[in-house]
Amino acid sequence: MGTLTEPMAGDAERRGHAFTQTAETPGQAADPPGPGLDSKPVIEARDVCLSYGAHQVLHSISLAIAERRIAAIIGPSGCGKSTLLRCFNRMNDLYPPVRYSGSVMFEGTDILRSGIDLVELRRRVGMVFQRANPFPMSIYQNVAYGLRLLGVRSKRELEEAVEGALKHAALWNEVKDRLNRPALGLSGGQQQRLCIARALAVNPEVLLLDEPASALDPTATAKIEELILEIRSSISIVIVTHNMQQAARISDRTAFLMLGKLVEEGPTRDIFTHPRERLTEDYITGRFG
Amino acid sequence: MKAARITADGLYRAALGGAAALVFVVVALIVFEAARGSGLSIRTFGLGFLTSTAWDPVSEKFGALPYIYGTVVSSALALLLAVPLGIGSAVYLAEIAPRRVGAIVSFVIELLAAIPSIVYGVWGFFVLAPWLRTAIEPWLIAHVGFVPLFRGYPFGIGMLNAAIVLSIMVVPTIVSISREVLLSTPRSLREAALALGATPAEAIGVALDAARPGILGAVILALGRALGETMAVTMVIGNTNRISASLLDPAATMASIIANEFTEATTPLYISSLIEIALVLFAITIVVNGAARVLVYWATGGRRSAAALA
Repeated sequence: MGTLTEPMAGDAERRGHAFTQTAETPGQAADPPGPGLDSKPVIEARDVCLSYGAHQVLHSISLAIAERRIAAIIGPSGCGKSTLLRCFNRMNDLYPPVRYSGSVMFEGTDILRSGIDLVELRRRVGMVFQRANPFPMSIYQNVAYGLRLLGVRSKRELEEAVEGALKHAALWNEVKDRLNRPALGLSGGQQQRLCIARALAVNPEVLLLDEPASALDPTATAKIEELILEIRSSISIVIVTHNMQQAARISDRTAFLMLGKLVEEGPTRDIFTHPRERLTEDYITGRFG
Repeated sequence: MKAARITADGLYRAALGGAAALVFVVVALIVFEAARGSGLSIRTFGLGFLTSTAWDPVSEKFGALPYIYGTVVSSALALLLAVPLGIGSAVYLAEIAPRRVGAIVSFVIELLAAIPSIVYGVWGFFVLAPWLRTAIEPWLIAHVGFVPLFRGYPFGIGMLNAAIVLSIMVVPTIVSISREVLLSTPRSLREAALALGATPAEAIGVALDAARPGILGAVILALGRALGETMAVTMVIGNTNRISASLLDPAATMASIIANEFTEATTPLYISSLIEIALVLFAITIVVNGAARVLVYWATGGRRSAAALA
């Protein structure tokens, strides 16, 4: 697991300069410095195309994700937004035959290249799914799972990390007295926050959220959004959502996808107040969806 | 018209209720008859029947211990061989093999369960036994003979042969139920594990962990089948009432002693003793199957009974 860390870190160092110079995705080049551009891109997709068998899902998408900011990907159902998100941790690979072209740069490495260490990548790019999927174990064991994978054995270290992650996910106060109870006994919203805590416990650099609140009621959704804004200062976040208000409320930049193509990307305020594209305007004003 | 409907409803209800009740009546009658038939033996030997190793029709001294021992040891040994093989196959078929291969291979494995046990017995006697006698057992005696388990003479038939035959007979049960249970664990668990940086093997570990109670249920059902298996075991176990530490020696099980001696049992006490052995076997099997039901119910959250697949 650790073997790829060094080459990746080395790559990042070597290409550090090239990285900032070549940061010329269409979105970035066209926009004046906005809320998203005050930090360097952590993930950069360049001309990403993806097909499942004969069916092409993504068409040459170029998109930069800013470090320690919240990027939202919106679009109608089936537009490929989840698929794009799953390029960033290569979860699409689970459902072959999948074919990529283009590149996704993460810390100086093209993570679409074959032969990349997926285990290492997925440790550094965490993910939370649409439906909460806690393991059928205790709350504590759920959060500790990723740490155990990393070989953490010390009880104290585990306890501290679990507590830290649960606090991070704003769940600690609700579960601190029942850490050994089954995670499946929690409410839907709590389960989803537990999944966020589980992802945060291994200290990823990026957190991918795939419609994390779509199965939750408004109160639970508000809590999740609050939590996302809370952790923004320490981690880069990409959130896929079909809820435009949610994207408007929490994200720094928004990308609008349709039929597998990136229609427009920019500071969230601009996208929602004066979009450049007619299509974007029609979508956000609810003329189709 | 309303009255007619109520009458038809009532008849329907009564017919179905009666059919269901009949099952209970049959089970109750089996228990009753076995208990009544073994009355003489129970009164004569008491609890000593379960701990005595005597089996002498001439002086009418009977004890069940060698057969209880034979049943327990042959079944345990069969599980020891069948569980790793069965769970390993199930994991491969459910998690690793391409979907089509998984479906075809598990169909073939389930066919194994449809082979009559006499066929396994014939195979054990005419194929496995000579092979054990000429190749495996001499090797075991020569190389691990210092362990009491492998001391003695290469008979070919005996405890080892019975355990191997039994293990082949119960593998299909373990494979097909374990595979079903694994397939019914949510995909999202594997995704969650992989997204946390688990290797594919570690993600399978999570699925296995979630499926553990169901797999345990499969193992217990397999145990139930092994405990009661009669024909194949009778043909290959050698049938003796001596308890021997060596797996190479002949033995006997509760089912095999009944099958072997029922026709020659002439005195009332002899018959009664055999029936008491049947009663003990019945009790053990009931307990094992009850445990399996509870485990499977627990595993599936009461959704559907994987035990029904067996």
